[in-house]
Amino acid sequence: MIHPAFLYALTGVSLFALGLYALIVYPHLLRKILAINVMGSGVFLILVGLARRVPGTLPDPVPHAMAITGIVVAVSATALALVLMLRVHAATGRAVLPDDQPKR
Amino acid sequence: MRESGLREAVASEISQSGVVNPVTAVLLNFRGYDTLLEMGVLLLALVGVWSLSSVPLPRQRAAGAVLEVLMQALIPVMLLVAGYLLWVGGSAPGGAFQAGAVLAAAGVLALLAGQRFQASLANWPLRVLIVSGLAIFVTVAGGVMVGGARLLEYPLQYAGSLILLIEAAATVSIGAILTVLFLGGRPTGKGGE
Repeated sequence: MIHPAFLYALTGVSLFALGLYALIVYPHLLRKILAINVMGSGVFLILVGLARRVPGTLPDPVPHAMAITGIVVAVSATALALVLMLRVHAATGRAVLPDDQPKR
Repeated sequence: MRESGLREAVASEISQSGVVNPVTAVLLNFRGYDTLLEMGVLLLALVGVWSLSSVPLPRQRAAGAVLEVLMQALIPVMLLVAGYLLWVGGSAPGGAFQAGAVLAAAGVLALLAGQRFQASLANWPLRVLIVSGLAIFVTVAGGVMVGGARLLEYPLQYAGSLILLIEAAATVSIGAILTVLFLGGRPTGKGGE
């Protein structure tokens, strides 16, 4: 029987992989920002899931602390990324990076 | 499974940290430097957002009836919950970041419901609120060096109170920073830039 902590960690890894795929493939900047958030959620799931790798005892507090600060930093980084996307949109008219735009 | 990680190390040293909750001890005492730099990262994100765009302070507008009632009922409860989370962080799950997130949620709810703040509050009082978390943290971290200790080495009998002081300032600061980030730019008062 697979250890429950590994189930959470594998789910986190697959979330990270999904987010990485979406980050690379989709050209729209909002989708890239959402993909980064999904990757971040995957990382938090790995951290919190692996904090309980020893059953029957209190969980490891260090990954919990890292996840707590990580969530708040991810929120503010998302805010900065959204403002950057709005500036790109205001400057070029489309929320797509210049080298991702389809060539004419 | 073989024991790995720092759980044993934290459990053996927690009596010297000033708090009972191991996560708060790790965040504010054992790994306090990381939390200090993380407050700086929040401030940097805000500086980045403010330097990229500025938004005029929107006028107060009336919200719908449901949102108005919800706001009046929820915001006092959220403030109470934030204060409780801040206080209970020493002995149970809770602390500065959780309380700051609830405060930010209350602020965003107020902004969404059309509640606007006075233009005079958006200048230096807001800036004082935003900077106070990092400022008090740095002051305490450096202030303990006056007695001959190293950076962030709290004296044992004051560790709990110093951690509560840092957490209180950080709560208000995090709530203010996240709420202002929701505006999407530097708020300018009436009268232009």
